[in-house]
Amino acid sequence: MTVLMTIDGLTKSFADTSMRLGPKRPPVRAVDGVSFHIMQGEVLAVVGESGCGKSTLGRLLLRLIEPTSGTVTFEGQNMSVMAPEQVRQMRQRMQMVFQDPFGSLSPRRTIANIIAEPMDTFGLSGTGKARREKVAALLQMVGLPSIYMDRKPRQFSGGQRQRIGIARAISVDPTFIVADEPVSALDVSIQAQIINLMQDLQQDKGFSFLFIAHDLAVVRHIADRVAVMYLGRIVEIGTKGQVYNAPHHPYTEALLSAAPHPEPGRRETRIILQGDVPSPSNVPSGCAFRTRCPLAQDICAREQPALREVAPGLNTACHFAAAHPITRHRAQA
Amino acid sequence: MTLLLDVQNLVVEFGPVRNPVRVVNGISFTVQAGESVGIVGESGSGKSMTALSILRLVNEPPARVSGKVLFQGRDLMQIPKRDMPAVRGKEIGMIFQEPMSSLNPVMTIGDQIDEAIFLHEDLSKAARRQRVIDLLRLVGMPDPENRLSAYPDQFSGGMRQRVMAAMAMACNPKLLIADEPTTALDVTIQAQVLAMMLDIRTRLNSAILLITHDLGVVAEICDRVVVMYAGHIMEDAGVHELFANARHPYTQGLLKSVPTLNDTRKRLHQIPGTVPPAGTIKQGCPFRPRCPMRMDRCAVEMPPLVAHGPAHRAACWATQPEGVA
Repeated sequence: MTVLMTIDGLTKSFADTSMRLGPKRPPVRAVDGVSFHIMQGEVLAVVGESGCGKSTLGRLLLRLIEPTSGTVTFEGQNMSVMAPEQVRQMRQRMQMVFQDPFGSLSPRRTIANIIAEPMDTFGLSGTGKARREKVAALLQMVGLPSIYMDRKPRQFSGGQRQRIGIARAISVDPTFIVADEPVSALDVSIQAQIINLMQDLQQDKGFSFLFIAHDLAVVRHIADRVAVMYLGRIVEIGTKGQVYNAPHHPYTEALLSAAPHPEPGRRETRIILQGDVPSPSNVPSGCAFRTRCPLAQDICAREQPALREVAPGLNTACHFAAAHPITRHRAQA
Repeated sequence: MTLLLDVQNLVVEFGPVRNPVRVVNGISFTVQAGESVGIVGESGSGKSMTALSILRLVNEPPARVSGKVLFQGRDLMQIPKRDMPAVRGKEIGMIFQEPMSSLNPVMTIGDQIDEAIFLHEDLSKAARRQRVIDLLRLVGMPDPENRLSAYPDQFSGGMRQRVMAAMAMACNPKLLIADEPTTALDVTIQAQVLAMMLDIRTRLNSAILLITHDLGVVAEICDRVVVMYAGHIMEDAGVHELFANARHPYTQGLLKSVPTLNDTRKRLHQIPGTVPPAGTIKQGCPFRPRCPMRMDRCAVEMPPLVAHGPAHRAACWATQPEGVA
């Protein structure tokens, strides 16, 4: 496998631009020195709670927003120094699927026009009949009858709209798709349909996929690797097997344990984190997770732990990651 | 066990009388004292409308609500509307999904919780203040004495939901109705709020009616589950029974399509099709178009809820036990 995208030291801070009187608030570091890579044909899931910077990260990778520092190298080219026209051309190969199937489609346009827009932009759609045939083929790929192409978005349910969003994203044969919480607005019985559809399309077309979610259970079926974010930093990244079965970061463990389980009578074993996620404009010194961490020691306030390989295929940013989780729990007990 | 809430044949409909849109379609269920019951359903299933009509918070008109809501033997549908505020907040507490839009942004949280006590009980100011502090401690608010004068915007989502819970519990209600109380919260905060609700329940022995779309949340805190789809109750059973032995194809499909952390299937089970918009299916079983077990009879007649064992009912022609007509 070859590397599709390399992300190095990527940082985005948002300055306080409010018109309020008084001192400006410190800038919010939504994404703080994040480095990782995405392989060709790989599904990388990015998981974290609200405010952890996962959506900002997705937008930075597509250069929908400009990074404060750091680089994104896509197919060997450094995107951070590209001219706007070059970036625009690049977008043919990188597409996005949005969270809100109601807000992300223009209500006044027909489905055919919505789906064909990226192809029109890059001159791929052809005219008249050819264009309609392409749209029909795309609708079929996402499991919708092609007679729907002249309807407007309001005539579709949430799941169907998400299918339309996906058809639009795959229309230009991208090599990379960012999906930002694509199923979190959908009903449970529809979620499964959309996850299966995206999994099938990914396997069929072989594009790389950055799948952003707040829920570890949702990405279990689709991810090859998983990155867990907390307050703008990646705290753990590794293969699916490692992250789900043997996480070494206490936050990943807590996140796995916090997910409500559709199986009665399991409530005893839960790790419940104390307190709230701190404000991203006032991140704790050292390890950002230390204020809620059951393992925190003095060193955690002084030094920010770096991502290190702690097991084959697993990188963890924790001073105590070297101790295997199970022995660590025994030591605590 | 004593019967606390007995809902009988509750109907909520909108639109013209001749051709109404029924969002709740003649449902009946009970809640025992101290019991926690979950109503589960997807969007459009009528679960929130059910909760709102128990509290008589549905505007009539445009809605038309009928049926009986017996709370401790008294029919809430029959009492004058002006007497309802004495029930709401005193005997039945409420927690809603969006704590920010349910709290008053220009009133301190201490005053808001105090108001709930002031309206229903005759206590001195000092006694009320003490009660507010005790309530905030009950819901796990750190440093309650100093948080009384804070405003809702100074709290995070999870903390606001705790304030809502403190208000709901202000007069020791016998029933707490919680409509998607953790849906807007992050998972680690959701775990905290669920633990808090369980804790409140064991300490005050209130019954809980939890409205949710999340089967995981139900498994966590409910004793019994009512599954709704398109305004009908499809199945109800004890929580262990339902998760181990679901009898309705919709419940079975729903349970199988939830992604979980420890399953190793390559693909998720999916229920085909979409949830029908409220009131569009007027005849037969509303789940029919998506059902793998549908029969001819399903198009004509809605199956009745029949017993599948002690305290287990399901409405399905295909899985109905033999001998039931």
